[in-house]
Amino acid sequence: MGWQWFHRLGSPRWFYEKTSRWMFWLALVTVVLLIVGTVWGLAFAPMDSKQGNSYRIIFIHVPTAFLALAGYYVMAIAGAVGIIWQIKLSYMVMRSAATIGAVLTFIALLTGAVWGKPTWGTWWVWDARITSMLVLFFLYLGVIALQGAYQNGVTANKASAILALVGTVNIPIIYKSVDWWFTLHQPATLKFMGESSIDISMAYPLLVMISGFYCLYAWLMLHWTRAEIVESEQKTVWVRDLLKG
Amino acid sequence: MITEVSLFRTFLVVLQCDLVIGFRQRGDMLNPVVFFLMVVTMMPLGITPQANTLAGLAPGLLWVVALLACLLSLNSLFRADFEDGSLEQLILRPQSLYFVVIAKVIAHWLTIGLPLTLVAPLLGILLSLPAEGVVPLWLSLLLGTMTLSLIGGIGAALTVSLSKGGLLLSLIIMPLYVPVLIFGASSVRFAVEGLPYLGTLAVLGTFCALALILAPLATVGALKMSVQE
Repeated sequence: MGWQWFHRLGSPRWFYEKTSRWMFWLALVTVVLLIVGTVWGLAFAPMDSKQGNSYRIIFIHVPTAFLALAGYYVMAIAGAVGIIWQIKLSYMVMRSAATIGAVLTFIALLTGAVWGKPTWGTWWVWDARITSMLVLFFLYLGVIALQGAYQNGVTANKASAILALVGTVNIPIIYKSVDWWFTLHQPATLKFMGESSIDISMAYPLLVMISGFYCLYAWLMLHWTRAEIVESEQKTVWVRDLLKG
Repeated sequence: MITEVSLFRTFLVVLQCDLVIGFRQRGDMLNPVVFFLMVVTMMPLGITPQANTLAGLAPGLLWVVALLACLLSLNSLFRADFEDGSLEQLILRPQSLYFVVIAKVIAHWLTIGLPLTLVAPLLGILLSLPAEGVVPLWLSLLLGTMTLSLIGGIGAALTVSLSKGGLLLSLIIMPLYVPVLIFGASSVRFAVEGLPYLGTLAVLGTFCALALILAPLATVGALKMSVQE
């Protein structure tokens, strides 16, 4: 036992074959969790006394916002692994994380706007957390744009990995600055430490949805990375055999 | 014969060389200032010529326009050195590239950021910025444009090997400018409103110090990557 598994993980072929078996089960767990969470959250969770039924968008808004943030770190860490150990698989993970993260950030912003209309009476408020999310969206777009600008795949990977790492150093600074700049948003409702201000009957379906979205994220990442593998390794024998069926 | 050259000497030589080039190409030096002046002129035309409305907007407007002027000039930071191959020679030297990058960024700041800072109070008068805001505007831009140049260096290094890097450079760097803009514009606004502004200036100074230490590291990595392409 040593670092063998780590180097094996770097082989796209090994990764592809290993994850083939996981895909179905992961998809199954995701679908079950999302269905349970959605039905529970939309139909059985009690109505909010102040916001009525409109608060129910929280069951999509909060999980996507969580993942949008976590996704940036997934992307940056994958990029760092790629730079340090020169593993091409981790660049593929980084590229997948960039696209998926950008989409999730966009969904979080969109659901936030839809939620804001009935509760604050406006689609958009320049408050701290919304603005930070928007900046995060721009950071994702920057990485994707830089990736797309290079003809040479290897350089594109390195360039976007450096940018992702620079962004990682900046994210806490950006968040603190924007936070200091203005705050009007309600304080965070779900806390891992101490008592959470959300009622337990609403928190459970939310937790189910969060775990469901985490599984969905994992599934999407695997799926996307596998697609990247097939695309970039299309000239190898094993991918040709795979495509022939 | 191999002659030992100290790091500090390298730093000075690069700085001097870039400053000479910068001052000889006066157009490149003046263009950002002229851009700054022109965009500021557009503001009363586009918004309103009323002095009290403009005075309220002036701190933010001046900062945003200075930021854009700085951003537009970044594209040329490593371009010439990359194209004539001298960047490659600098990388091949046994010494670290770190201080060379700092020297180049400081030269960029002295030829672009500093002139912008110097004309800013004048443009403040055009936008009827209250007199209390002039000194903070000057100080915040002095610290801020240095940080902008340092962070921008990363973007310039990342896009130097791309022929159409200009707009892309702005796209990838602008989100990173958010903190500098917030604290820079706030310093001026606080001063205009009669609040203490030294705290926000201190934060700008912190950003500058942090960027001075960290940003060149990323720039060096990006330059090596660009040259390898």
